Amino acid sequence: MSTTTDPATTKIFEIYIKAPASEIWTAITDPEWTARYGYKGPSQYELRPGGAFRAHATPGMREMGLPDVVVDGEVLEVDPPRKLVQTYRFLFNEETKAEGFSRLTWEINETGAGFCRVTITHELEGLPGMAGAVSSKFNEQGGGGWGWILSDLKSLLETGKAMA
Amino acid sequence: MPEVASDDAVFKALADRTRRSLLDRLFERDGASLGELEAELSMSRFGVMKHLRILEDANLVITRRSGRKKLHYLNPVPIRLIHDRWIDKYTERRVSMLVDLKTKLESRE
Repeated sequence: MSTTTDPATTKIFEIYIKAPASEIWTAITDPEWTARYGYKGPSQYELRPGGAFRAHATPGMREMGLPDVVVDGEVLEVDPPRKLVQTYRFLFNEETKAEGFSRLTWEINETGAGFCRVTITHELEGLPGMAGAVSSKFNEQGGGGWGWILSDLKSLLETGKAMA
Repeated sequence: MPEVASDDAVFKALADRTRRSLLDRLFERDGASLGELEAELSMSRFGVMKHLRILEDANLVITRRSGRKKLHYLNPVPIRLIHDRWIDKYTERRVSMLVDLKTKLESRE
């Protein structure tokens, strides 16, 4: 986090998952895996600095009128299986699309006893629409955000089954 | 902090009004320093530190360094996990039963 960022605009989401770091890395970056938890849209990453990130709509999302690419961004830093830094923008909403890109950092740290700590740091300065969309309110219709995605990822990796 | 925060640690952390108000405060404005929290809660530095430690042990609060300051962030994920494990399981059917009952009773009027 740079010192010029207003710290109040950053959101942090952290979970402990009993799985090897390499499996967690794959679950985050492989479209076949991202299709199995959370919103279940296949994510495509070009895993190099400057590479493209695209999260695609599920058939259900397309029926609801969402575009084929629902989230886009650019890969900034790749250090498998420990760290991935990227930009991130919702394309299915005019406000977030116009606001531009937020910055997202994924960190995976082995903590012993077979667990990894997975931390998402989402920097949202100057992006009120995006900040509202990823706020920690977890029980709104259609909502869920990172907490729900991480909870489902944990369920998938630890039990082989997603919750949703 | 323990390697994995247990449900016990989360329930214990939530079972206190001051700690819940600290979480609400961070929900409204994240990334607060100890000094800011101390001033707003009109509580001693030691008292705030003690409560923050319990919240950190439950992984409900995460700290980050920013220059010389230590900033405190709300991590809502443990509450999400409690919700998914303990709340959803017991509420969904009962709530829908009550809603059905209400609809039935009201339609008889």
